[in-house]
Amino acid sequence: MGNAQLNSTDSKHRRKERIDRGIKARSSDIFALSSWREMLYLAAPRCIPIVGCLVLPLVLGTYWQRVLLSVAVFALLAISWDILEQSGMISLGQALFFGMGAYAAGVLNHYFGWSPYLTIPVAALLGGLICTLVLLPVLRLRGIYFSMVTLIIPLMLVRIVEATKIFGGTEGLSGITPLTSKWIELYLIVGALLGALFGFRRMMGSDYGLVLKGISDNDRSVMNAGINIYWFKAQALFIASAIGAFTGAFMTHVYMFVGMPVFALDYSILPIAAAVVGGPGTLAGATLGAFILVPLSEVLRGIGGLRIVIYGLFLVVFIVALPEGIFHYIQRKYQQFERWVEV
Amino acid sequence: MNPSPLLKVAGLYKNFGGVQAIRDLSFELARGELLGLIGPNGSGKTTAVNLITGFVKPTEGDIIYNGKNVSGLPPYKIIRLGIARTFQMVKPFYQLPAYKNMIIPLYSPRVKKRVGGKYGDRDAVALDLLEEVGFERDAFVAYKSASVLPQGYLKRLELAKAIALQPDLIILDELFSGLSLAEVAGIVPIIEKLRQEGKTIIMIEHRLKELFRIADRIIVLNYGEKIAEGHSNEVMESDAVKKAYLGAEA
Repeated sequence: MGNAQLNSTDSKHRRKERIDRGIKARSSDIFALSSWREMLYLAAPRCIPIVGCLVLPLVLGTYWQRVLLSVAVFALLAISWDILEQSGMISLGQALFFGMGAYAAGVLNHYFGWSPYLTIPVAALLGGLICTLVLLPVLRLRGIYFSMVTLIIPLMLVRIVEATKIFGGTEGLSGITPLTSKWIELYLIVGALLGALFGFRRMMGSDYGLVLKGISDNDRSVMNAGINIYWFKAQALFIASAIGAFTGAFMTHVYMFVGMPVFALDYSILPIAAAVVGGPGTLAGATLGAFILVPLSEVLRGIGGLRIVIYGLFLVVFIVALPEGIFHYIQRKYQQFERWVEV
Repeated sequence: MNPSPLLKVAGLYKNFGGVQAIRDLSFELARGELLGLIGPNGSGKTTAVNLITGFVKPTEGDIIYNGKNVSGLPPYKIIRLGIARTFQMVKPFYQLPAYKNMIIPLYSPRVKKRVGGKYGDRDAVALDLLEEVGFERDAFVAYKSASVLPQGYLKRLELAKAIALQPDLIILDELFSGLSLAEVAGIVPIIEKLRQEGKTIIMIEHRLKELFRIADRIIVLNYGEKIAEGHSNEVMESDAVKKAYLGAEA
């Protein structure tokens, strides 16, 4: 097991051993734990992000707290993208989900005076529902055709808002009720991120998730099991768009404004970049990507015009050097951790 | 045995643009029968299966399964009625262990309730089904990733995925292709067992020797047309078949 390196100069004989081997060898699926060290080995990758996310808002200054908000929003959008990607739908239009939720919350608050604590969940579901219905006819399209439609719809909606002057037109809707305090803002979005990350990771690891991944891998084989793949794709689409709509609704109340910028291309492109840099197919990778890219973009703000160049270079270097994504790389290295044991 | 046929195909046509892939195909299939569908490459065998299972919509004609016209229905609806098929090209989820490949058929609405959905229920059923098709449990073959399994096991996996749906009609599309004689010999008893359980089977095959041993009846297709039908001996005597296969002027 492992690489048995005998230390000849030492009187003690030691060799290197993988930490995960012992845990896996005792049971292939259900982990049987025998020591604190092993429990820590399994729990640390889950505890570090949870504790980190809960502590960060307390230690950061006001400016970086805003950045953290933005990180969490883009992480959620990246998770939403990743769920679609794993279900075989490459979306180029997270902005559609974001914008739909943003406008839904704005309208409910501005015209009907609903409280943010009501508009955010309602807008998440309503926005998700509208996006799903809008994209339902194109679910049958595969690959690039689906992507093109998702890219175009938000651009169309911007022009529709502009031309018809609906919902405030180019002015947008301002004076939206804010959330009660910045702490509620921070912990609401951070909590949502953690919930979505662990909840949907679990979902994608379940048999239900396996069916969704099966559709992306070999849809005929899934159809051949008597499963209506369009119904499952619609469900995945609803889940993903509701996540996106939630972030949009949330940001409407943070900015106290909703307008045409909610359909901006940033909301479509950055989540994809985050998922690709972090490693698609895990949701955790998408989150990690957002935690790297959004602060990086803030740090680079200081250097002015060359910001985009450096940012772009960073993306290229990462994609070339680590095409599997940072998360997959870290995961592999973590599983290869070795410790010295006495022989 | 029930006298009404399980499957009745009547006047089936399929055109792909100007190509007539299937021309006026009609046949009946009795319950419990094993029908062999043979013909040279490109003769429309797989198209016929795709038509029956709904993956391709017929241009014209009826497919009556169990007294219900299923022609033009989407595949998932047809499969829920009790038809299962294997694909000529096996494409499992290579990164997953073999038994996890069984989860998708076990998620099918047709068997979902019977299998149960609690954690591990499907895994247990999957392991049982795989043992039935020859994944030796003692050797833990079912736990191996599909990417390291030899072709023989992948074909067995494909068969197990069809059996998992608890179908009445099983369509096997070139199950034996690419397998060694020993591997075929290992799969034949599984098919015979399915017949004893009363399943109706259609087999598309190029391995005629193995097929003729187990088939009740053979239909020969050429250029989308049925050119012969009957017992294997009669069929191979037919001039049209000799011509189609050997190209010889009979």
